[in-house]
Amino acid sequence: MKKTVFLGALTVAGLAAGVAAAGTLDDVKARGKLNCGVTTGLVGFAAPDANGEWKGFDVAVCRAVAAATLGDPAAVEFVPTTGKTRFTALASGEIDMLARNTTWTFSRDVDLKFTFTGVNYYDGQGFMAPKALGVSSAKELDGATVCIQTGTTTELNLADFFRANNISYQPVPIETNAEAQQQYLAGACDVFTTDASGLAATRATFEAPGDHILLPEIVSKEPLGPLVRHGDDEWADVVRWTLNALITAEELGVTSANIGEMSAAAGGNPEINRLLGTEGNLGEMLGLSADWATKAIMASGNYGEVFEQNIGESTPIGLSRGLNAQWTNGGLLYSPPFR
Amino acid sequence: MSTLTDSPEGTFRLSMLLNDRRYRSYTFQGIALVLLIAVVVYLANNVMTNLRDLGLNISYEFLGSPAGYDINQTLIDYSSQSTNLRAAFVGIINTLLVAVLACITATFFGVIAGVLRLSNNWLVRKLMAVYVEIFRNIPVLIWIIIIFTILTAVLPGSRAYLGETPDKDMLLGYFAFTNRGVYAPAPIWNAGSGVVVAVFVASIVGIFAYRRYARNLLYATGKLLPTGWPTLAILIVPVVLTFFIMGQPIGLDAPDPLANRFNLKGGIQIGAPLIALWLALSIYTGAFIAENVRAGIQAVSKGQTEAAAALGLRSGRIMNLVVLPQALRVIIPPLISNYLNITKNTSLAIAVGYADITATLGGITLNQTGRAIECVMLLMLFYLVISLGISMLMNVYNNAMKLKER
Amino acid sequence: MSDKRADSVAFVRETFLAEQPAPASATGVVKWLQDNLFPTWGNGLLTIVSLYVIYALVTSTAPWMFNGIWNTESLSECREILDGASAACFSVLTERWNQLLFGFKYPPSEYWRPTVAFVLMFAALAPVLFFDLPRKLLIITALFPFTAYWLIWGGTIFTPLVALLGVFAGYLVYARFVKGSFAMGFFGGVAAAFAVWIVGGMMIPEGANDAALLEAVPSRDLGGFMLNMMLGLTCVSLSVPIGIALALGRQSSLPLIKVICVVFIEFIRGVPLITLLFVANVMLAYFFPPGSGVDLFLRVVIMITMFSAAYIAEVIRGGLAALPKGQYEAADSLGLDYPQAMRLIILPQALKISIPGIVNVAVGLFKDTTLVSVISMFDLVGMIRGPILASTEWNGIYWELFMFASVLFFIVCYGISQYSQWLERRLATDHR
Repeated sequence: MKKTVFLGALTVAGLAAGVAAAGTLDDVKARGKLNCGVTTGLVGFAAPDANGEWKGFDVAVCRAVAAATLGDPAAVEFVPTTGKTRFTALASGEIDMLARNTTWTFSRDVDLKFTFTGVNYYDGQGFMAPKALGVSSAKELDGATVCIQTGTTTELNLADFFRANNISYQPVPIETNAEAQQQYLAGACDVFTTDASGLAATRATFEAPGDHILLPEIVSKEPLGPLVRHGDDEWADVVRWTLNALITAEELGVTSANIGEMSAAAGGNPEINRLLGTEGNLGEMLGLSADWATKAIMASGNYGEVFEQNIGESTPIGLSRGLNAQWTNGGLLYSPPFR
Repeated sequence: MSTLTDSPEGTFRLSMLLNDRRYRSYTFQGIALVLLIAVVVYLANNVMTNLRDLGLNISYEFLGSPAGYDINQTLIDYSSQSTNLRAAFVGIINTLLVAVLACITATFFGVIAGVLRLSNNWLVRKLMAVYVEIFRNIPVLIWIIIIFTILTAVLPGSRAYLGETPDKDMLLGYFAFTNRGVYAPAPIWNAGSGVVVAVFVASIVGIFAYRRYARNLLYATGKLLPTGWPTLAILIVPVVLTFFIMGQPIGLDAPDPLANRFNLKGGIQIGAPLIALWLALSIYTGAFIAENVRAGIQAVSKGQTEAAAALGLRSGRIMNLVVLPQALRVIIPPLISNYLNITKNTSLAIAVGYADITATLGGITLNQTGRAIECVMLLMLFYLVISLGISMLMNVYNNAMKLKER
Repeated sequence: MSDKRADSVAFVRETFLAEQPAPASATGVVKWLQDNLFPTWGNGLLTIVSLYVIYALVTSTAPWMFNGIWNTESLSECREILDGASAACFSVLTERWNQLLFGFKYPPSEYWRPTVAFVLMFAALAPVLFFDLPRKLLIITALFPFTAYWLIWGGTIFTPLVALLGVFAGYLVYARFVKGSFAMGFFGGVAAAFAVWIVGGMMIPEGANDAALLEAVPSRDLGGFMLNMMLGLTCVSLSVPIGIALALGRQSSLPLIKVICVVFIEFIRGVPLITLLFVANVMLAYFFPPGSGVDLFLRVVIMITMFSAAYIAEVIRGGLAALPKGQYEAADSLGLDYPQAMRLIILPQALKISIPGIVNVAVGLFKDTTLVSVISMFDLVGMIRGPILASTEWNGIYWELFMFASVLFFIVCYGISQYSQWLERRLATDHR
């Protein structure tokens, strides 16, 4: 009965396919929408709220790129992906970019043929344990049962850590964060491990967050960042420099509050002028409008603002900047100059 | 007739390809072949183009490289340094393990529920109907999640059993039920245990020999020997005797609550994910099997029972000798396809974190290597081999059981 | 006679005794209890055990259910009100009601559209399910897919109109040629339909979607129980014709076609649905031309349809095999060719026998649509395991949600299986 509709849809889809252009940037512009891959739901990074609006730190990156390329931060189609489907979704062109707390590793960059366009969050894998357990270090976990939220490189780091310290453990890999948490709270595992940011986000939702501690060990480096397909350098540049624009904006003190007046006319700081397009032609070089960065920053603020809104200390997740502070404040965020 | 339809030789017209029975089959098969080749070529070409454009390739080399992750429940030696291939084998064995366990218990639940549905006890009948309807009409994925949640919520954490003065005592001092799994003692085989095992095997052989003898005697002379208590006696007495004569060579390794501050150590541990999956699959499929059993028993016509009764058979014998053999003929084919369903449904282990093949090869390995096409292909190949194997057994059985009509 | 008797016999009763009620032990509640609950000792024991089971179940769940809270904004509020007592927090259902039914992205102002489609579905299904209804109602059924498509997806009305026109054109051509040769009619019809679709597809003005009466909703935004219903209904209705074709192909005397059908059916039946969904999710994208962007919904529909078609084919094959051989021979002796014999003699009977089996496959398939939650689609189970359990408000609530999901599925599946049993009873009468 419905066959006809779908055949019809297929035909139309086939026709539409005929006009597809070569570069991702052109595709996005022609489509008028950015397809951005996110997680299926991790509070603080990417999760739909009660009204179905996607909110979060990764979401903000998507919105900034949409604002830079299309001028509209709302022109994003969020595609939820699981750990299993994210790479295929990106490789097959279903999404234009992936902003799904994905760790930048050698094999993903080289073997899977992706291009990481930077790091938007420096993370590391940590452990959470109930206070009542009386554990103060991950090295005391010999024989413990560990709940793992699968998806990133978590399982591998965990195996490496326990192997390096020559202690044994029992892994319980769980697909979704909510179920891992349920297991952990019911005492079906002693500790819960995933990226430290995720642990903080998870702990924030507990009935009694104070009863759980994050162990001091961070067992891995997890530079999380947006990635695009290998080989489309123009598009990679757009994503890379949009992220850099957010970081630079914070460094230069450009905020969503003052950007209106700063971008109205060229000011005294030439780098701000170049960033906001009141001087030079950086936008043109990228194939975007002159005020691309202005729009990207206006989408949800500079890096610091995005951080504070979604995962910062004032939010339930309550992460401190730590490694993710500007290099001027002792962090790792260091954007190449805009010139 | 032939003179009407057979055109004379040599006057072949093109329209005959469509209208003449002799040629039409070639036309259709030709079209089908062309279409098939076209579709295959089209798809293969797309895959090739897409992969080439992305600079990817199809390669199974990742199977030989270290997997890098640990697995909770393994029946064969495995560590994070083992290869992905070995991880896949661990998954295969775990799949088969849960499938076999679930098949056995599902049959058990199904037969009991099916027989009770025909009970003359109104309450029991209705209860069983409720069981069957509730489990048949709710997706198995939801059942797996619900049962896993129940296990997690209802059973205590393993810390309740730990320490010098635990909150809970182990059942008989040997069994602990926690939401991480069930801990049971493992046998320790000391010197001389081989003799006990040998005696055990010998007694099983003895039981069969005795039953055979009893049956032959019955057929030959009509003399009926008891089978119930002698069977038990043959099974138990010699084994127990040897066990004590050899000086109790088989010990039990009980789970030790003091060895570790997190978990019980030693003995056998059956993980909660395995139990949840096993229970959910067997209760769910049990409901289907119950319906098959009921249908099978009802399919035996009442006249058969009455005829058997008229011959003077007692009701137990009517069931054993007349009804069941005929009912089984009806029950077994759908039963085997239910076994097939169980095997395929084990792939839902992914929802509870049990390390079956879908979770190792199709889960973590796929996740970490990103080799989606290769992993999914191997996964499908495995299930296909298993399913075809079971179907083949079913065909053999069906042929053997076919009513021999003369 | 009577007076003679009166002389010879000491006493003859001349009036009837008043009717006495049966003894208490052989009638009414007592008799029923004795027969049905306590016929033997063992049976009585079973009854008592069953009663205990029921008692235990009711006492453990009833307070939890009846003390449930329906009107809070989050789980923590619920916990505050309960203050340590154990009771359900059903407010997650009231608060997320729309998300559970429609998914989290469907525009709230448009909820009436799937609701109308849902109501129309009953009107469309009625003539298919109940043969007594006037056959003219089938027109509603024929129009339903197009209406429902338009209602749910929205966008320009031209897409479903063109699709409808194509089908109509195909039907006309088929009706015109089928008298001559079925093959010609069939292929002509298909060709005509495709021609209309392609021409019509090109004639749909660019940007028609923006000016549409109903706002277009991309299929990624569909979710909740609606998604289960849509997948179930679409895939079952699509797979029946494919299943018939596969079953006929498997019975066919043409070796090549037979081999293709057997391989297809056995392959699909040999692998779990979840692996096919993995294919839809991670592999199928590679099988389409680059950039064709066939969306996930469509890919999943393709895979599930193939899956259920293989099972339905086996059911129909059973139906075909169950027909007495005389029917085939009778058709041959009437001089009917293969399509005629199948259409007029064999299939109507075989399908009738197969209907209960097809309904069973449909129920199974509908339940299996929950598996799409594993591949990041937000159906009912996906909504629960994803956005709702991950949200800060409802993190940590399980029973209420899964109970709700179970109840929804139970209602639908039990309804369908009751229908199937009714149908079986009805169809059974004319075979005795």
